[in-house]
Amino acid sequence: MSENLIVPTMAEMLAQGKQPEVLFWVGCAGSFDDRAKKITKAFVRILNRANVSFAVLGTEESCTGDPAKRAGNEFLFQMQAMMNIEVLNAYEAKKIVTACPHCFNTLKNEYPELGGHYEVVHHTAFLKSLLDAGRLTIEGGQFKGKRITFHDPCYLGRANKIYEAPRDLIQKLEVELVEMKRSKANGLCCGAGGAQMFKDAEPGNKEVNVLRTEDALEVQPDIIAAGCPFCNTMMTDGVKNKEKEASVKVMDIAELIANAQDL
Amino acid sequence: MSYLDNILFAILLVIGFGYFFNNIQKIYRNIHLGIDVDRKDNPSARWKNMAKIALGQSKMVRRPVAGILHIIVYLGFVIINIELLEIIIDGLFGTHRIFAFLGTTYNVLIASFEILAVLVILAVVIFWIRRNGIRLKRFWNPEMKGYPKKDANYILYFEVVLMSLFLLMNASDLHLQNVPNGFSHFIKAGWFPVSQFIEPLFNGMPNQTVLILTETFWWLHITGILVFMNYLYFSKHLHILLAFPNTYFADLNPLGQLDNLEAVTKEVKMMMDPNVDPFAAAPAPADVPSKFGASDVQDLNWVQLLNAYTCTECGRCTSSCPANQTGKKLSPRKIMMDTRDRLEEVGKNIDANKGIFVPDNKTLLNDYITAEELWACTSCNACVEECPVNISPLSIIMDMRRYLVMEQSAAPQPLNAMMTNIENNGAPWQYNQQDRLNWKNEN
Repeated sequence: MSENLIVPTMAEMLAQGKQPEVLFWVGCAGSFDDRAKKITKAFVRILNRANVSFAVLGTEESCTGDPAKRAGNEFLFQMQAMMNIEVLNAYEAKKIVTACPHCFNTLKNEYPELGGHYEVVHHTAFLKSLLDAGRLTIEGGQFKGKRITFHDPCYLGRANKIYEAPRDLIQKLEVELVEMKRSKANGLCCGAGGAQMFKDAEPGNKEVNVLRTEDALEVQPDIIAAGCPFCNTMMTDGVKNKEKEASVKVMDIAELIANAQDL
Repeated sequence: MSYLDNILFAILLVIGFGYFFNNIQKIYRNIHLGIDVDRKDNPSARWKNMAKIALGQSKMVRRPVAGILHIIVYLGFVIINIELLEIIIDGLFGTHRIFAFLGTTYNVLIASFEILAVLVILAVVIFWIRRNGIRLKRFWNPEMKGYPKKDANYILYFEVVLMSLFLLMNASDLHLQNVPNGFSHFIKAGWFPVSQFIEPLFNGMPNQTVLILTETFWWLHITGILVFMNYLYFSKHLHILLAFPNTYFADLNPLGQLDNLEAVTKEVKMMMDPNVDPFAAAPAPADVPSKFGASDVQDLNWVQLLNAYTCTECGRCTSSCPANQTGKKLSPRKIMMDTRDRLEEVGKNIDANKGIFVPDNKTLLNDYITAEELWACTSCNACVEECPVNISPLSIIMDMRRYLVMEQSAAPQPLNAMMTNIENNGAPWQYNQQDRLNWKNEN
């Protein structure tokens, strides 16, 4: 253990009779995927630096059921949802933050009808609120002057109309934010949504993530910023497919901020 | 005998509107073959949506060229139809330009109709060139063969004919207004900024001939309008009516929120309730839906069926669909067209069998829409965002996926593996739930 991440669990908090300001919903990708784990840690470093009182569910967290629902398995989705709601309600969770737009969308929009009512925020919106409240400062650091383009995750953008928070954060890094020809409401999917992440694509003449990477490379960025672990994987694969990994990096906004602050 | 015209006109109107309302009733019945869904909440937001999107054309102008041309044709259609009121009154009561007493207001109205008529003709010509000359890709997709392709052009030709008849009618009318010492009942009324240039066409013709021509144009114009109105039923052009209810009843929830299946909730709650008696009698059949998800049009809800009738086949959904852009079989427009075609087929079956649907061994799934199309969807909502009249092809795709998975267990194998993992490990991958916090101590 080379770094000191402070990651309390809800169970530990409860044992101490404490309620954190926010519950960090890590998500399956954030917990298990090697690339996404880096995003999780970057976000935790920022939370630690900003002295945010937070806790994770740890081993008590389970898949939100999003991919099951989008694959058409409403039974499995609702079983997952009800189990998670039971745990969340037992801890009297009020506010949830997550770095995964799929978890965000499901927890925010699809859990209420099953009895789970929480204030759910995406990590970019949460970081923006920390910034606005003066609890977090963002400087350019190593990214000063770099060209960055932001790929809108469908489940953050079109699905929930969050377009500005991630862009506001990127601009704080003193970089040149360049927009792809399709962005915001007109953004193009990375190809992973709707449970596509877990299956092969149907026959066609191109992969969606390659098409989207072409959109991004067209504006000649140094960095493609993402706000979703799945988009991150898809865009990273796309950049590799185009053999551009030496010159173009794909990074989550939490990583950009954590790295800029040398956290 | 002088009333013959008026009686003929009344008969024409009754036939025209009668057939129209008969077909509207059929559409109403077909839409209500769908299951019920409550879309009556929050009327203020719904009216606002309708005003903004259907009346205000806010989503049309996302593509500015088509948007502006469409607004011209739309305004032309709505405003010129004010003229229809005068035509109907004149026709029924044998009057001539009954609203002429409005004076300057009338003159301005007629003048603006004329200008709009010309603009409409211009817009329609550009539309025709885009469709048939430039051949915009979205108008040449595989699903746009045969009738859908012809339908689009018929509408354009129709509009040129109707607008031309309107201008010719005015021009010949103006000619008779200008006969020295007056001619018959042709009073001086209206300003004719456009048809004054057509009017010389009638110079040298006997007044009686021009009179017959005027009346011919008038009759052709009103008959044309009635025929056009009745053509709507068979055409994608039905959107000029249904865009309004369709935007009103559209889903108000965030696009990412898929609907909750309450029938499933009941069963899951029962499954998870530790106090439930495992030997209790099965729930009453009325509580259990006959089917989870949708395999045919009757399993869809009425808003989805209204969507299908409203679809204009403009293809904006398909041109923005990531699956379609990468050469996959999915086309959201085709999903809507297939749904409408199947619904029409079911409707005809019911008509032919005295109000009862006789199974025809066909379903929307498989006979129209294949599983391959359904599985190509990334649920990114680009099609829903794009649709100028708030149709959701995604909701139909999702309901059909639900049928494939919950009724037929026919998900692609990797998805079955993903679902098994969620069930057993609480994650779509094969990791142990107990390892969920391992990242904390890893480098």
